[in-house]
This record gives sequence, structure tokens and C-alpha cells, in this order.
Amino acid sequence: MLVNRKLVLAHFWLAFAVFGFALFLGAWQMFVRSPLYTWISNPEWYYRSLTAHGTVMGYVFPTLVAMGFGYAISESALKQPLVGVRWAWTGFWLIVAGSVMAMVPVALGRASVLYTFYPPLIGSAFYYIGVVLVVVGSWIWVALMSINLRVWRREHPGEPVPLAMFANVAGSYLWAWTAVGAALELLLQIIPVALGWRTTIDAGLARVFFSWTLHAIVYFWLMPTYIAYYTIVPRAIGGRLYSDTMGRIAFILFLVVAMPIGIHHTFADPQVGAGFKFIHSAFTALVALPTLLTVFTICASVEIAARLRGGRGPFGWIAALPWDNPIMLAVAFSFVLLGFGGAGGLINMSYQLDTTIHNTQWITGHFHLIFGGAIVIMYFAIAYDLWPHLTGRALPTLSLVRAQLWLWFVGMIVTTFPWHWVGILGMPRRMAYYDYSDPAISPQAFSVTLSAIGAFVLLISGLLFLYILATAHRQPATDAGAYRFSVPVHPVRTVPLALNSYAIWVALMIGLTITNYAYPILTLAARSDTSVPAVYVGAQ
Amino acid sequence: MTVHDGHHGAEVAARTERRWATVSVIIIVVLAVLAAFAGIHQVTMPQPRVETIDPTRLHLSGEFVESNLGSMLEPNGAVTVRAIGQQYSFTPACILVPAQTPITLRATSADVVHGILVQGTNVNTMLVPGYVSEQLMRFEKPGDHLMPCQEFCSFGHEGMWGKVKVIEKAEFASRAKNGGRLSCVGE
Repeated sequence: MLVNRKLVLAHFWLAFAVFGFALFLGAWQMFVRSPLYTWISNPEWYYRSLTAHGTVMGYVFPTLVAMGFGYAISESALKQPLVGVRWAWTGFWLIVAGSVMAMVPVALGRASVLYTFYPPLIGSAFYYIGVVLVVVGSWIWVALMSINLRVWRREHPGEPVPLAMFANVAGSYLWAWTAVGAALELLLQIIPVALGWRTTIDAGLARVFFSWTLHAIVYFWLMPTYIAYYTIVPRAIGGRLYSDTMGRIAFILFLVVAMPIGIHHTFADPQVGAGFKFIHSAFTALVALPTLLTVFTICASVEIAARLRGGRGPFGWIAALPWDNPIMLAVAFSFVLLGFGGAGGLINMSYQLDTTIHNTQWITGHFHLIFGGAIVIMYFAIAYDLWPHLTGRALPTLSLVRAQLWLWFVGMIVTTFPWHWVGILGMPRRMAYYDYSDPAISPQAFSVTLSAIGAFVLLISGLLFLYILATAHRQPATDAGAYRFSVPVHPVRTVPLALNSYAIWVALMIGLTITNYAYPILTLAARSDTSVPAVYVGAQ
Repeated sequence: MTVHDGHHGAEVAARTERRWATVSVIIIVVLAVLAAFAGIHQVTMPQPRVETIDPTRLHLSGEFVESNLGSMLEPNGAVTVRAIGQQYSFTPACILVPAQTPITLRATSADVVHGILVQGTNVNTMLVPGYVSEQLMRFEKPGDHLMPCQEFCSFGHEGMWGKVKVIEKAEFASRAKNGGRLSCVGE
């Protein structure tokens, strides 16, 4: 049992509770904008819901999962008591306070600006300040992860940092730097206008700042998933990790190249020139590298497990895998969804292909497939794997767990595949309703209906997930033993300094961000003729 | 693959890994080169220059005054279309263009961020207040296309749909004979 199980459970339960709430909103949105429902009488409700859904799913839920998992990793991988427990609780409560502060104006319709903010639309200042508090709370976690690693290093000079912790700290540094873009946008641009100190804002510059956060934040969401691939999956299915070194390289690559690529979100924007768009497009291709490496290492690790179980032949071993093990199921589903989502991502990163699907439903389908599919399904796996160590009780029934994962997988495909398709047909994003009686739009009606049905499958799966976690608290007590991570095939005795520390990689991350962002940001910031009047939302 | 191995196994594992890493790097380099080649060879680059404009004075003077919005036949036979997006409509709401003609779309926003997406084509650009968006386009066949705003622009976003009407080149030329700016609003 983990010592800080209360802390980890608080993060996980809050994460999954808000996830359930946002899932409900998502399903409602899919329903009201589909042909299954008549036009919503007040479209403003739709955008309220959309703002809440995005803010919770994008900022609150994955951040809490990364934090809770991070604390569990720090304690169990380093095998030392967590330093700064009181600060950790402070961070948690800041996130609670920030979430409430942000959600109240959203619920009142005073901040329907979507989680991407979209200035010059300006909502209630409380919304933005609430988001800032959530980020500040998470920065406490970043500092604590770094401090805990430092304490461990002092006691274990020269020893290789356990892979789980190495990846966890890399993820925390990535987040700290990624969040700076949106923080600059909020603190320098939006909040002064929301408070009425200024009435104009440079919308183009704001979009560039936001792109700094918007892409790499996905890699922050991805970190717990990749940590689970490397350090939970091989152990949980009775295998070994194929390569500890490759894991370190993958996490370092994420740290370095996830950042300087965000301008691919502004391919169609007029405020960035073609040169930087090309540079960011090329860098975006690079970020596929750590994923390609990971796919190889994890497939090889899974193969080891199969061969240890007597699997034979070039493909025959697949049948020997422990398919009744939920973690096996989860990683297989996650990889399938990652494959489709990744292929879509390669299309988005090329600006020639991007023009066909930019800001269409394809994009919504894409990131739901990556985040909701590949990433969140591993969040489920992490929770299932950790739960006995947090509650001291075994999960109720594995068949229910398997059903939940199957439902999520099927639901995600039924939701996102038609979503991609209507995107190719040119269906725009973020509309409260569509006129399906228009002959040009009616061919999309069937696909949208399918998506909406998929959303309800996802909702059922999500509720089942919460039910399983809740009932697990009432199971008879068992001793789950110490929480362990995967063991590599070839034991790690020494690791090159570069693969055991961050200084050079953090320097590279910051350096590349500056080379790829400084010019577009400074040229816009230096102009005095690009500020436009703010348009206040929900002002009565 | 064997699991119970010693030094030899570690070497085999590392070699296999290196091979895969090489394949991965090649995939990525090929993708980047393809994008660069297509960009240069087929001239499919995004807008090269950053142009600014004051959205509060669009209606007073300059190229986006109301009388200058719509499609204009240039002396060289090309067509320039000027349009504005504002909450919650495009002006002109129906853009008239000839088929098989190089067209330059110049557009901007009068208030918040909007986007122009012409369905059934890859014409797709953002309208950011303060900046001018320029996009080259060409329609092969006459026909109607829906043109929704593709970016959230507040509570009326779902109602912001324009249209693009592509007509025969000769018909466009005859309608453009008397000069002025063409559109298909009300047709």
C-alpha cells in the first residue's frame, strides 16, 4: 500500500469525477447538434457546455491524473517518502479553487469563449483567473517532482534514475514550459482586458502564444500513458521491458521536440508568415519519432511476455498473450487508436493536406481519437492497476473491467470515425446546430447520428468505470504488496549521464522554443497597429 | 528472440533497435521532404506575407469599404474577391466567381476571429481581426458551394453560412463588362 494513498486518491477521484461530468456534457452536445434532436432553442447553452467540456477535459482532468500518478511514482519508484506532502495538498486545493472559480462564470454564461479563449472575445475575468490557479497548482507538482528526485539523487549518487521517475519528471518539465505560452497570453493580454484595464488586444499574437501551449499540452496528456506503456504494461502482463534505454530516449525526445511545433495550429492564419509555418511543419514530423520508437519497444516487450507464456511463430505468439488481463486489453486498444489518430496527425501536420480539413469536424475527431482514445484508455488502465494499492482492496470483477474497456474502444471508434468523415465533407466545428434539411448538408446527417450514438456508448463506459472504482472501495481487504514497475530484459547498471539527467535537454527545449517562436512573437509584439477592440461576451 | 541470454542477447536487441530507429528516421525525413517538395513544386505554400489592417476603420476607407467588396475582373483576366466576416455573416453573403480562372481571395474580419471554408474544396483560411488573409483559388466546374464560418465567433456562430457560386467564365465576363463589384446576393 502506498503511504500517500489519500493524496493520490484525492487527485484521482477528483479527476474522474470531473471527467464523468464533462463526459455527460459531451454526450449531450453530440445529441443536440445531431439530427436526433430538433434545433436547440438557445444555442448559447451549447457553447456554455462546450466551454465547460473543453476546460475540464483539457485542463483539469489530465492535469490531476498526471499529478496523482506522479506522486504515486515518486513514492514507489524512488522507494522514499514523498517530500513536501503539505505543498502537494496546497496544489490540490488550488486546483479545486481554480476549477470552481472558472466553472461558475461558465455556468452563468459569462465566459462562453471555449477553452481555447479566442480573443478578442473576452469573458468574465474569474474564468481566466480560475484557469491560472489550476496551472499554478500544477506547477507546485512540477517543483515537488524535481525536489523529490534531487533528494533521491543525493542518497544515490550516480545511480540510474528509475525509468518511471525519469519519465515522470520529464513530463513535469514539459508541462512547466508548455504552460508558459497560455500563461503569457492570459497574464499579459487577456486578463488585463477582462478586468477592464485595457480595451484592445492583439488577437493574432494571442493565437501564436496559445499555439505554444496547445500542441505540447497534448504530449503532457500523453505522458502518463507512455509511462504506463513502458513501466506498467510489461510487468502487468508477465513480461519484461525490451529496452530501458529506448524509453529514456523517447521521453527525452518528447521533452525536446513537443514544444517548438505549435505553429502548425496556425497554418491557415494570416499573422504568421510561410517560413515559420514550414519550419514548424518539419518539426512536427520529428515528434512522430518517439512514438515510432515506443511502438517498437512496447510491441517487443509484449512479444517477450507471449513467448514466456509459450507463444511461438512469427505471429502465433499473439494468441498466447493474456487477453483476459485488462491491462493487455487496454494497451492493445490504445495502440489501435493511436495508430489511426497518429495517421490523421500526419495529415494535419502537412499544410497542403491540412487546408482540406482545417477547423472541420475532422480535427475534433482527430484529437478525440488521440486524447479520448489512446490516452484516456491508459488512464483507465493506470487507475485499475493502482487501485488495489490505494484502497487495499482488489477490484470487484475483471469481466466488468473488460466490458468497460471494450465499450470505450468501440464507442470511441463509432464516435470518431464518422466524425473524421464529415470533416472531409467540410462540416465546420463548434456549431450548436446544422440545417440537415439543406441538400448540401443532408449527406452528413447519417454520420453525425452514428457519432452521437457512439457518444452514448462512451458515456455508459465512463459511468461503468466510475462504478467499478467506487465499488472497489467496499471489497474485502487484501494486501496488494508494494507497487512495482516493469523490469527490463537486460538489467540497467549504468546509464550515460545524458540519459540520466535533464539539464542539456531542458536547455535544448528552451533554445528550440526560442528559435522557433521568438521571431513570430517579437515581430507581432513590436507592432502597434494590430490591437483590436475586445468583444465582451455575456455582458448584459 | 530469446529471453534468457547474456551479453550476446543484449547486442542483438540493441542492433534490432537501431535498425528500427533508422527506419523511423527515414520515414520522417521522407515525409518532410515530400511536404517541402509539394510546397515548392506545386506552389502550395500558405500565405507568405503578414498584412495588417485596422478593423475599426474598414467601412471608412481602404480596400474593404462596402463598395469595393465582391468580385472584380482584373485587366489580366484574373479575378480578385474581397470579403469581410463579421458576427454573424459574410459580406458579400454569396460570392460569385468564374470557373477555370485564377482567383485571389482577400478577406478580413471586422470584429472577432472567423474563418472561411468553401465546402468541397481545400479553400480554407482564418480571418483574424487586424490582419488580411489572402488565398489563391481556382474552381474547375460551375456549381454552388456552402461557405460556413469555421471558427467559433460567439453565440451566433452556427448561423454564419455564406455561399460561393461558380459560373461559366463567359457569363462572368459579360456580367463584369460594366465594371463594378459582382456578387450573387439575392440570386
